Amino acid sequence: MNPPLLESHNLGVRIGGLQICRDANFEFRAGECWGILGINGAGKTTLLHTLAGLRPPESGQIYLNGNPLQHMSRRSIARQLGLMLQDTPDPFPATVLDTALIGRHPHLSRWQWESARDIERAQAVLGQVHLQGFEQRQVNTLSGGERRRLALATLLVQSPTMLLLDEPTNHLDLHHQHQLLTLLRDRVHNGASIVMVLHDINHVVRYCDHVILLCGDGEIIQGLQSEILNAEVLSRLYRHPVIEVELQQQRFFTSA
Amino acid sequence: MNQARLYLPLLFVLAICSLILALLSGSVAIRWSELWTALGGPQTDLSTQSLILELRLTRALSAFATGGLLSLAGALMQVLVRNPLADPYVLGISGGAAVAALLAMLLGLGGVWLTGSAFGGALFAMALVFGLARGRGSWTPTRLLLTGVVLAAGWGALISFILAISPDSNMRGMLFWLMGDLSYAHSPIPALSMLLLGLLVSWPLGRDLNVLIRGELQAGALGIDSSRVQTILFLLASLLTATAVVQAGSIGFVGLVIPHIMRLIGLTDHRLLLPAAALAGGSLLVLADTLARTILAPQQLPVGIITALLGVPLFLYLLRREVSSR
Repeated sequence: MNPPLLESHNLGVRIGGLQICRDANFEFRAGECWGILGINGAGKTTLLHTLAGLRPPESGQIYLNGNPLQHMSRRSIARQLGLMLQDTPDPFPATVLDTALIGRHPHLSRWQWESARDIERAQAVLGQVHLQGFEQRQVNTLSGGERRRLALATLLVQSPTMLLLDEPTNHLDLHHQHQLLTLLRDRVHNGASIVMVLHDINHVVRYCDHVILLCGDGEIIQGLQSEILNAEVLSRLYRHPVIEVELQQQRFFTSA
Repeated sequence: MNQARLYLPLLFVLAICSLILALLSGSVAIRWSELWTALGGPQTDLSTQSLILELRLTRALSAFATGGLLSLAGALMQVLVRNPLADPYVLGISGGAAVAALLAMLLGLGGVWLTGSAFGGALFAMALVFGLARGRGSWTPTRLLLTGVVLAAGWGALISFILAISPDSNMRGMLFWLMGDLSYAHSPIPALSMLLLGLLVSWPLGRDLNVLIRGELQAGALGIDSSRVQTILFLLASLLTATAVVQAGSIGFVGLVIPHIMRLIGLTDHRLLLPAAALAGGSLLVLADTLARTILAPQQLPVGIITALLGVPLFLYLLRREVSSR
């Protein structure tokens, strides 16, 4: 088996009075796609930010490619691990192309400017997320879904092997939800590892092989999604009745 | 981006032209040839013209340095608090300087004492806002901004108090100081050096700032040590503001509007925006000061009035143009 790209030993995460997890051992390997499910306020975003090294854990250690995260510089973390935030503010004017190009930041030295190749790469990625022709548009003229795709483009320009995504499908229409998840699955097939917070259980069933359930009291359930996800576990997780249906040989979960 | 890069040489030419215009304008006419000899040759000629030129040059360079400092400080402050409404005075640093300066005037002090106490007041205001905003470790732009705005309001009240208890004879000097005034024309060397230092420190951080305007989390995710960069921004922007305030009092508008004008003409990359803002801010203040001392000559107007008169229509025009191009 591949060594994990990102792993945690006895990880404890706490925010305010909320215990999100304790003694959690995660191992995220190349070729794996993980979904994180949990109710609002269960701490999904906080867990993701902790795994990205943006806030210190309460206890335990996180390792990125075998190196303890707390001893790595932000820059070397950002070359290997990328995070797509739940929302990206843009109080100042900026073009779509410039916004995608900030993904190159960790790869450039202090005195380096973005090269023609960097710009080509950014344009190619903008094409992948269906934003070609938008290069010179101002970011604040984009719709919510277009901004979301731009945030994904920035992450893909950064091109880390370990990708953490916080509700990447927010604001996206049905077509673009599946387009985005397919794009991510391709990255996984090419050797990346993905951990993403999702709200649609059926996206997890269809695109993720592993799942983490945050129960909201410090307890977590993790493992293969095909083994863990069932109507009973999900009903308890969401404190709401969930039923499983089968349609064209695929499992679907919906509220009862 | 290529078009944006062309603005830098243009702004450089604008800066030179504004300085030449400042040297040529005034109640005593100066010819090109005299300007040339006075600037180029050794200063042995003690004619009236060369003395006037020296005075005008000192004042023009002071104005340029002050405008540059304010615009650069404004651009940095806007990134620091992630708010387009921020200007160099938003954290109350000029308020602290003004209170100290007015107290010095009240005590009848002038010259170096006035300058020294203004700088001391600015440093004290800096330490106060930084210490209070930091609290127990958490240091967010919103908290810094709110602390600064509240402290600035407090300084404002103290300024009004000092004005209220001051004798009438002091009033005019105090009001001119508060509105911004270049007529004392100290040596421009300290301010110019501070401007150069500010550019040398902030320019290498340009790409970091491009990311930081999208928030601390995004910056962290892209490999930036946000708290380090923000501490540098705070210290630098505050020192630049303090130097500008000491040089010329509180000149409004330049620090708020010049960075935005630069962004509106397409200079959104901070590696271009910072030097461009320094050049444009310097030029604007030189032009404004030249107008301030010539339009109602021999009477001199506070330069802050002119910066607003020039800046408001220019800014509104660019803003309208941008909205209609969408």
